[in-house]
Amino acid sequence: MAEETPDIENYDVVDDRLRLIFTCCHPALNPDAQVAMTLREICGLTTEQVAAAFLTTAPTLAQRIVRAKTKIRDARIPYEVPERADLPERLASVLHVVYLVFNQGYFTRADLATEAIRLGRLLVDLLPESEALGLLALMLLHDARRATRTTAAGVLIPLEEQDRSRWNRAQIEEGAALVRRAFETRRAGPYALQAAIAAVHAEAPSSAATDWSEIVGLYDVLLRMEPSPVIELNRAAAVAMRDGPEHGLTLIDAILARGELQEYHLAHAARADLFRRLGRKSEAAAAYNRALALAVEEPERHLLERRLKEL
Amino acid sequence: MKYLCLVYQEEKQEVNVPPAQIEQAKRDYWAFTEDIKKSGHYIGSNGLKHTDAATTVRVRNGKVSTTDGPFAETKEQLGGYFLIEAKDLNDALQVAARIPSAKWGSVEVRPIWG
Repeated sequence: MAEETPDIENYDVVDDRLRLIFTCCHPALNPDAQVAMTLREICGLTTEQVAAAFLTTAPTLAQRIVRAKTKIRDARIPYEVPERADLPERLASVLHVVYLVFNQGYFTRADLATEAIRLGRLLVDLLPESEALGLLALMLLHDARRATRTTAAGVLIPLEEQDRSRWNRAQIEEGAALVRRAFETRRAGPYALQAAIAAVHAEAPSSAATDWSEIVGLYDVLLRMEPSPVIELNRAAAVAMRDGPEHGLTLIDAILARGELQEYHLAHAARADLFRRLGRKSEAAAAYNRALALAVEEPERHLLERRLKEL
Repeated sequence: MKYLCLVYQEEKQEVNVPPAQIEQAKRDYWAFTEDIKKSGHYIGSNGLKHTDAATTVRVRNGKVSTTDGPFAETKEQLGGYFLIEAKDLNDALQVAARIPSAKWGSVEVRPIWG
């Protein structure tokens, strides 16, 4: 373990924080309790604040935490940084918790996104593993676009319409530098790859001037590492930008034909966008309506409604 | 601290396993058991006959009721156990992950009371 820990004077304090993170995010604990304990014990949020963020009541949350603490005692979950052999899997569950916190704050809770980034920085300081670097980069790059992602009225603004002059340049540079560090380890994982994709977007002067070939290539690598229909869908959207809407449409229809993303609103929204770009209005409207029937988040619903009206 | 590792697997699937694979599994179990004896984790273990041979007994209001079959019908059935001594849950989970059946079934790790 020692060779992985950076040379910091107050080693004991650092080690203590890491131990706390690994204990709170132990995969043997209930996933909700992992998130709640991390926010409470490491970020210092109150139970009420955590409950409000995750749309649950304070007593329910408190009960989950009590159960988790009982399990820590009864099953003897150790207060320690995992051994080298267990580290990749255990770090993955810590990173997953941090990413959950970040995503929970994606649209409405900038404070949670900030907490997630703070946690990400702490992890990178304590344990500069490739995927920790990748996750921090990913969060910084997404968060850099926060101000331009929705209108004042809460309507989602698609990437191609965002005011790029208002993106947080300092954060983009920091994110891009972290992506490079993650790739230099030669062990870039899914977070680092997603961050690399976000960096290509963030550094492009416009949607049209984006290096879509690079993005498709990064999605190819990501898919080999982590096969997933959602990643395939994102790749299809990038292919549509590189080769034209009809090429993207063929790919999306093939994914939907397998039945996997039938209930996923973004699959239908992406399909609708491509029909719209091809001028096939009635098919676009049908797909937007299908997406609307499935979408939950308000900013996304507003955008779909706007698209329908514009047809 | 003592932990009981309960080994679950699909009994129905076992008839489809080729003999060579069964022989390999036996060798793997033997090697695993030897390993955890050497490392001091091993306390005891047993394999169970299939749930066809199971009988469930309940006593309600002093009356014994006896029924054929296991306590609950599940996809995977309890097929055996290892009782181990481990430093903590992480140590126990490391041992449990090496139980050969973990590759095709699952292992529930339960701390022993007291």
